Amino acid sequence: MLAGLILGFGLTDIISISDFSKKDIETVLEKAAEMEKLPKDKKNRVLADKIVASLFFEPSTRTRLSFETAIQNLGGQVIGFADAGVSSTKKGESLSDTIVNISGYADIIVMRHSIEGAARRAAEVSNKPVINGGDGANQHPTQTLLDLYTIKKQFGKIQGLNIGLLGDLKYGRTVHSLMYALQKFGNVNVYCIAPESLRMPYEIIEDVEGSIKVEETTKLGDFLPELDVLYATRIQKERFVDEFEYEQIKNVFILGKEILKSTKKGFKIMHPLPRVNEIKPEIDKTDAALYFEQSKNGVPVREAILSTLKDAKK
Amino acid sequence: MKADDIRLVPISNGTVLDHLPPGTALKILKILGLDKPDKAVTAAINTESKSARAGKKDLVFIEGRELSKEEYDKIGLIAEGSTVNIIKDSHVKKKINIELPEKAHGLFVCLNPKCISAVEGLSSKFELKEKPLRAKCLYCEKTMNEQDLFKAIK
Repeated sequence: MLAGLILGFGLTDIISISDFSKKDIETVLEKAAEMEKLPKDKKNRVLADKIVASLFFEPSTRTRLSFETAIQNLGGQVIGFADAGVSSTKKGESLSDTIVNISGYADIIVMRHSIEGAARRAAEVSNKPVINGGDGANQHPTQTLLDLYTIKKQFGKIQGLNIGLLGDLKYGRTVHSLMYALQKFGNVNVYCIAPESLRMPYEIIEDVEGSIKVEETTKLGDFLPELDVLYATRIQKERFVDEFEYEQIKNVFILGKEILKSTKKGFKIMHPLPRVNEIKPEIDKTDAALYFEQSKNGVPVREAILSTLKDAKK
Repeated sequence: MKADDIRLVPISNGTVLDHLPPGTALKILKILGLDKPDKAVTAAINTESKSARAGKKDLVFIEGRELSKEEYDKIGLIAEGSTVNIIKDSHVKKKINIELPEKAHGLFVCLNPKCISAVEGLSSKFELKEKPLRAKCLYCEKTMNEQDLFKAIK
């Protein structure tokens, strides 16, 4: 497999954050910053002669629209579908066959699928670059990259920060991926704040300890004054076998303005969105709210990825 | 009971698997397809052994057969550190130490029903980590522990 043509970038597909080196991540973040400053008339020539397939076998609004905006900003054309119900999957075609066929029409493939490993398989069978927009509970690498970009843009750095991860740390793919990404940078203090039943899996903590410091607690107040960032996630009712347990903890980590009395200057709250009730709207207009900017950063980060992969040869 | 105390008929030509972790012999027979009614094989289970880590070991005696590399690799997943004695004309012709295979492609299935390899019947691909033994599916990135691995070997 030949590397992408951008110096320092070693990938021809974006499947999992585990494939990235620290240098690869830094290349994407630098490119995203460049994309934000690039004049429109230059930007819309980047994918001028390219067709990008947007294959959302599983519905998504934010990720799909963010990718399609990025493609159009870069001057590319989009083909594809937003739901597996309208694809040949409904006729029983295998994913592998669908991808091989579509590789004949498009220059780059962006996909989301409910089956874990689907994007990895797509990258195996396709001769075009594949970008994983989410595969089941497994990976969502562009989310992690935009999370890192948001942190870097806000604080000027990633290392040396105190980052709290809050909520569903057991099933949350965004926080798992963020842990592994932070491990590549090293020298970060991570505070895992979750109910006992939704703790960060010990295998992940085992994997990353040594590069980053990890502390766990069930109480938000324990580390709040030290945090630079609090990354909140939704506690999903469907994860709980015991509805009583869910009812007990669902409101434990609701963030309201009162928490800002205990936080330090420059403290920011992030969230992969959509939120339900875990961040009260009263926080939206405060300096702490970074989540809408975070979502917006998805466009330059995806522009950076598309631009980086456009001439990659497999 | 020690292995020496059990009446084991030596084989003339074939393979002896020695120092198997206790309780693994039956699984190994299944892996080798020797658990079928038409196959005759001798196995000693949970015999005392001073040299064995757990103080006990299993043994398997297979007359008239040597094993393939794939079979050694599968056995290596659950019985690393055990010994294979190749027997020819009633003598030990060769001793091999069973090691953990470097690659684990196609040796066992991913137990995640939501993995593309399970859904599309693909040949599995795993990365192995030691101490403790874990296998990470290269498709769905779920990790299996030693107990899961035992169940997953085809």
